[in-house]
Amino acid sequence: LEDGRKLVEYFRAQIRGDPDVASAVAAIRSLLEFLRRDQSETILGLRENMTQAIRRLEETDSSVAVSSGGELFLRFISLTSLEHPDLSQCKNVMIERGELFLKKISLSRGKVGKLCHTFIKDGAKILTHSSSRVVLKVLENAAADNKRFTVYVTESQPDSAGKRMAQKLRKLNIPVMVVLDAAVGYIMEKVDLVIVGAEGVVESGGVINKIGTYQMAVCSKAHNKPFYVVAESFKFVRLYPLNQQDVPDRFKYTADILKTVKDLNQEHPMIDYTPPSLITLLFTDLGVLTPSAVSDELIKLYL
Amino acid sequence: MADSDGRQVDGVNHATGKIYRLKLFFNNEGKELTKEEKQRLRKEKKQHKKNKKDDKGPPEKEKEKEKASVPAPSKPATQSPAHKAAPAPVHASESAAAAEKPAKSKAELRAERRARQDSERTSKHGKKEGGQQSASSKPKATPNELQPVVKRLPEHVQVDDPAALKKLAKKLERQQVRQIHSHVPLRSDYGYKVSLFSHLHQYSRKSPPTLQISIPATVIHPSIVRLGLQYSQGIIAGSNARSVALLHTFKQVIQDYSTPPNEELSRDLVNKLSPYISFLSQCRPLSASMGNAIKYIKKEISNIPSQCKEEEAKGKLQACIDSYINEKIILASEAISKYAIEKISDGDVILVYGCSSLVNHILCKAFEKQRKFRVIVVDSRPRLEGREALRRLVKKGIRCTYVLISALSYILPEVSKVFLGAHALLANGYVMSRVGTSQIALVAKAYNVPVLVCCETYKFCERVQTDSFVSNELDDPDDLIVTRNGKSHLENWQTVKSLGLLNLVYDVTPPDFVDLVITDLGMIPCTSVPVVLRVKNVDQ
Repeated sequence: LEDGRKLVEYFRAQIRGDPDVASAVAAIRSLLEFLRRDQSETILGLRENMTQAIRRLEETDSSVAVSSGGELFLRFISLTSLEHPDLSQCKNVMIERGELFLKKISLSRGKVGKLCHTFIKDGAKILTHSSSRVVLKVLENAAADNKRFTVYVTESQPDSAGKRMAQKLRKLNIPVMVVLDAAVGYIMEKVDLVIVGAEGVVESGGVINKIGTYQMAVCSKAHNKPFYVVAESFKFVRLYPLNQQDVPDRFKYTADILKTVKDLNQEHPMIDYTPPSLITLLFTDLGVLTPSAVSDELIKLYL
Repeated sequence: MADSDGRQVDGVNHATGKIYRLKLFFNNEGKELTKEEKQRLRKEKKQHKKNKKDDKGPPEKEKEKEKASVPAPSKPATQSPAHKAAPAPVHASESAAAAEKPAKSKAELRAERRARQDSERTSKHGKKEGGQQSASSKPKATPNELQPVVKRLPEHVQVDDPAALKKLAKKLERQQVRQIHSHVPLRSDYGYKVSLFSHLHQYSRKSPPTLQISIPATVIHPSIVRLGLQYSQGIIAGSNARSVALLHTFKQVIQDYSTPPNEELSRDLVNKLSPYISFLSQCRPLSASMGNAIKYIKKEISNIPSQCKEEEAKGKLQACIDSYINEKIILASEAISKYAIEKISDGDVILVYGCSSLVNHILCKAFEKQRKFRVIVVDSRPRLEGREALRRLVKKGIRCTYVLISALSYILPEVSKVFLGAHALLANGYVMSRVGTSQIALVAKAYNVPVLVCCETYKFCERVQTDSFVSNELDDPDDLIVTRNGKSHLENWQTVKSLGLLNLVYDVTPPDFVDLVITDLGMIPCTSVPVVLRVKNVDQ
């Protein structure tokens, strides 16, 4: 328990220290630190402790990315067999691999940004939803490329994350306009493309993102506008929702609500699921993928 | 595709007189060899013909067609005989043949060795083989990469081509192993066939394939005869049941097999199995799962080391078959149930169609795990398999509703999920299943109800099909005759010239209608089937 609390504190410190970091990266940093400080005697015990640690982190921050990042981290460090009979040697190998993994994923946002900004043409009007650091990076890259474009951001209630995104964009001198969530259908005919981030990419090729994304996807399909999703590869998660109800409750609500509230039906879910049929392309650090290719990549990652 | 057969008519008779070809006919690797050889022979013949008139043939055209042919040599096969006039693809295949390299792949060397052995053997037995010319005129091998195999149509979808039928009859006649009189009987088609499906066989249940078989059927093992009859009469039905019955029968066959002197078990046993397989496919066309099982068995047999004693080899083979059944069918269904139960939540209304052993197993398991759900069983004529599913589910205590498929759009607003079984999953993501499945998936999609297909990986098939016409099965048309109030209106349907009864067995569902495929490897989208096939091939 002591370790659990220290872990959570470390995690929170990471996020406070670097607000730009993806929550999954912060989680993985904390897990790596946990691995370094871990005192268990056997590999099995080590794995047990790691799974416990991941669960503790999920309780703190219930986003899909933390869960997927944690699972991928665990798989990555124990992927190949650890032949050394000595536990400390094994641990060193695992820590090495963990650092390698961390380095790889810290670079992934940059890779995605580089891939996607070429799809933004000069004079484009872009619609985005809520606040996504990856989308911000993409727009940053496009602006640095001397492209002229305007951005429409939805307000994204209940936490008004869209307004924060608008502020950040104004700092980059990008013309931005905040629209109501309800105005997505109204604005869709003006825009050329829609770019959103993702909290998690599921096996079917669909995405889980802030509530309101599904609506935006349906509208863009109706207007035949391309709907692009930008996500790093550590967000790939082994879920397969069939519809909105099929997304597990532990992702739908924030961690505090899950702990305190009795009847979840009275609460508003924070995320929704966008099926792959509405998504045109996914930009990841593994490349530009169609939704059906996501499953192939997942099979490669996990099998 | 018809083009290649057209050429076969006027060209060399590739009637597979040679015994090794019979063995290789169903062996996929062998299929490519024989097709390749036939293709090469064809090219040679054409080359002879062309060299006579072709002195002025534009050489530049050849060169450019050669370049074009290398990436797309399947073009010659897809042109019908009517378009034979187009010399370009002909040039292409010839110039490609002319560009043959002398390098031979291992498989071709093996085949040649076998051919030589067999020609020696057959000449010893004094049989007249027209195939000797094919042995002697074996052209140099073209590397597989340069010349991808031109796919020929399997014979069971060429029923309206008289040449193919003649070839099949000859092949069945020749499937004798040192016996003169007994042979695999050729079953004749029954009744008028609808023109769109005239390329498929249509047999009547009243004329079993064993009518012409002589007693004792020394070529065909009696348990195989029994199995064939069980298939043709519909006593054993359902993809899993047929495969398991087939594997058990093969175990029996292997048990009773004894290696003749001067023969190797690994080669001779495969030869022995070929007439059995022909007989079974005459009784009822093989399913994709049976095809995969047969491929596996043949591979296992040919991998038996030659120094292995007979008893040991037989024991090994039986163990292999047992483990195949256990892993691919029984354990797979356990794994699939585990994944599927995650998708069944309390309060669900689940729609199932027909009788799929896998789906029934899943529902029974979910019920045991105390999930609260009810089931709607959809059924259709003439098989009315849904009744069997209904019986099994009700026996378990599951609340069921029973409707016919015509009431589908009435019942769908109540449904929360659709569970479907599959006969085979094709390489392009299409699902081949009992006729009516595609309809259910379509209407479910229109109502936004998720459609889940449950299928074991051993039913994954390398074939690609986009419609239900090109390869299907026609059941006995007399099944459609129904007697109500003592009157059967269709009784004399044969007398009405313009009337055809069509009793289709399978149909093909596109992947857009299927939301999820549950396999023993996990839950995958329908478009990821080729990835699984690739991973499986790498494993093997």
